[in-house]
Amino acid sequence: MNEQLIEIHDLYVNYKIYEGILKVLNGVEFRVGVKEKVGLIGESGCGKTTTMRSVMRILADNAIVPKGSILYKGRDILKMSEEEIQRIRRESISMIFQDPTAALNPVFTVGDQLMDVIKYSTKENLTKEEMKERAIKVLKEVALPDPERILKNYPIMLSGGMRQRICIAMALVSANELLIADEPGTNLDVTIQDQILRLIGRLVEERGTSIILISHALGTVKGLVDRVYVMYAGNMVEVAPTKELFSEPIHPYTIGLFKTVPKLTGGGIPEAIKGRIPDYINPPQGCRFFPRCEHAMPICKKEKPSLKSVGGGHEVACFLYE
Amino acid sequence: MKITAYIAKRLFYSIFVLLGLSMFIFTLSRVVPGDPARLALGPLAPQWAVDQLREKLHLNDPLPVQYVIWLMNALRGDLGESIVSKRPVSQDVLTFFPASFELVMFSTIISVPLAILIGALAGRRANSIFDNIVRVFSYVGIAVPTFVWAVLALFLFGYLWKVLPIMGQLSVGIRRPPVRTGMMSIDALLAGRWDAFVDHLKHMILPALCMSVGRIAQEARLLRAGIIENLKKDYIVAAISYGIPERRVMMTYLLKPSLIPMVSIMALDLASSMGGSFIIETIFNWPGFGRYGMWAMLNKDLNAVVASVMIVGIFFALFNILVDVIIAYLDPRIRVMERAS
Ligand SMILES: Nc1ncnc2c1ncn2[C@@H]1O[C@H](COP(=O)(O)OP(=O)(O)OP(=O)(O)O)[C@@H](O)[C@H]1O
Ligand SMILES: [Mg+2]
Repeated sequence: MNEQLIEIHDLYVNYKIYEGILKVLNGVEFRVGVKEKVGLIGESGCGKTTTMRSVMRILADNAIVPKGSILYKGRDILKMSEEEIQRIRRESISMIFQDPTAALNPVFTVGDQLMDVIKYSTKENLTKEEMKERAIKVLKEVALPDPERILKNYPIMLSGGMRQRICIAMALVSANELLIADEPGTNLDVTIQDQILRLIGRLVEERGTSIILISHALGTVKGLVDRVYVMYAGNMVEVAPTKELFSEPIHPYTIGLFKTVPKLTGGGIPEAIKGRIPDYINPPQGCRFFPRCEHAMPICKKEKPSLKSVGGGHEVACFLYE
Repeated sequence: MKITAYIAKRLFYSIFVLLGLSMFIFTLSRVVPGDPARLALGPLAPQWAVDQLREKLHLNDPLPVQYVIWLMNALRGDLGESIVSKRPVSQDVLTFFPASFELVMFSTIISVPLAILIGALAGRRANSIFDNIVRVFSYVGIAVPTFVWAVLALFLFGYLWKVLPIMGQLSVGIRRPPVRTGMMSIDALLAGRWDAFVDHLKHMILPALCMSVGRIAQEARLLRAGIIENLKKDYIVAAISYGIPERRVMMTYLLKPSLIPMVSIMALDLASSMGGSFIIETIFNWPGFGRYGMWAMLNKDLNAVVASVMIVGIFFALFNILVDVIIAYLDPRIRVMERAS
């Protein structure tokens, strides 16, 4: 295994809301190596975006991080000065937001926004012309036609697919080491979503950066990443090399999750996992999955399982395998 | 659509609105009880003189005919004669309107930057002590009528702490600059009269401030709400995540979209300061249009009433267009919709 880029260790994140405290992240363990491609899957609300926002240090104002560390090349992001994290945002890590329409400012042109990102991504003093050149170049990279015109457009004038590509372009500008893609293309139709994912895959390959890809399109994820994390209610419950995870999932949640995906070969009606994600104000003690688990044992209600290796880079957090 | 075409279109629509307003106010002025000719001549005038004047003013014609005659005259700049000032109403308008306009504009110059500053800070530090103070100030500013501020200002500055003049437009002993625009600050500058300019500005401060309290409160509140709402938007978080400095994100990415609701009520605020200026003008003895309109109403000076309402209406229509142009500049979504229609 090569050098680590990001190592999240025992990360807890709570959200303070009117009704109480949402205990969302519950000791997350996560690693991405240099130039590694990692997938992250899990049902809606399990904390994928929260984990990634912690890495960029852009959690909402009501978020609290009571415990944990996020190491970037060995230094803790959570303890960095404002300047240090700012440099990482400008030069190393960037995120493609889940909803491209919401992530683009409606009252500025694409050019204004993209050129601003370019301006701050480098210490060079670029002229307006140079910034424009770079903007056009990156728009071409994401295969947008007529970049000159797009620079003058406001987001509202563009289609969903184009907005998504623009968000990718903005992220590319400063993603020299890691690109975090949070469900890119989810609200686009399936063919375009597929194109977008392939585009991201190609760009990451060309640029030699790491990627964390969050997606529900399991079929495409399979082809794009080396390793996949499975997340449930604020915990990573299983991680394995892609092939192994899809062929031999062992955590009861992962097994259930794969069953909910209709088989491409047809016929099967998705068999949903019974129950739903727990209430984060009063989450179950012990393993957060036990109320939905067919194999729940007495220990599952008392103790929280931690990720343990079962060999070959395959880890699982489940007492069935201890 | 080109901005000029947009303005032309809006102006064209405003003509119909103003025509409607004129019909309404004209009819109203003619159906209220009381004979304008009798009012003009006074209770002692002989009946034949009243009859003669009625004939001259076309008061015996059917209403639509009267309206058309009035409209034709108005378009030529003839708004009839005032029974109070005994001068053509158009002359009165030229004398009094600029003074009020000047005051309202001065109040706008004071209130907009203050509202932006207060609203932006309160929104950015929502629920801080500062925000809570602003909240109380807004409630008070919106709820308390203007004249209370005026009386308070008179008490403070006229009685306790005499640093600012509280009456009229100029101090005694300072010669009036020659009238050109009717706005004394501009006239003073045109005549190169610094002394008059500075003295006049001092006279404007208190009435303009009193006029501004409600506007600042209202506009700051709207901006605060806009900022709080937009602060949660993904595009703000995204801008931060690209490494754009927080200051820049707040001053541009956040402020521009948040200004939109505030700017949209500015036209209303302006018009209501214009319409409500009679209180301020009366208290501060400001020879303005609000006071003129008030006198016209009280004295049933019909030509003057109709003219006052129409002038405020035109003022309102023009400012509405101006504000819509500003909003179209701030918000491309509106421009796109406009183009589609
Ligand atoms: N600012 C916030 N305040 C309160 N609760 C929040 C906040 N942000 C997220 N949450 C809650 O935290 C939980 C995890 O949210 P998160 O967005 O990380 O999930 P996700 O895995 O990205 O889901 P999805 O697939 O729907 O994007 C959810 O229950 C969500 O409602
Ligand atoms: Mg998410």
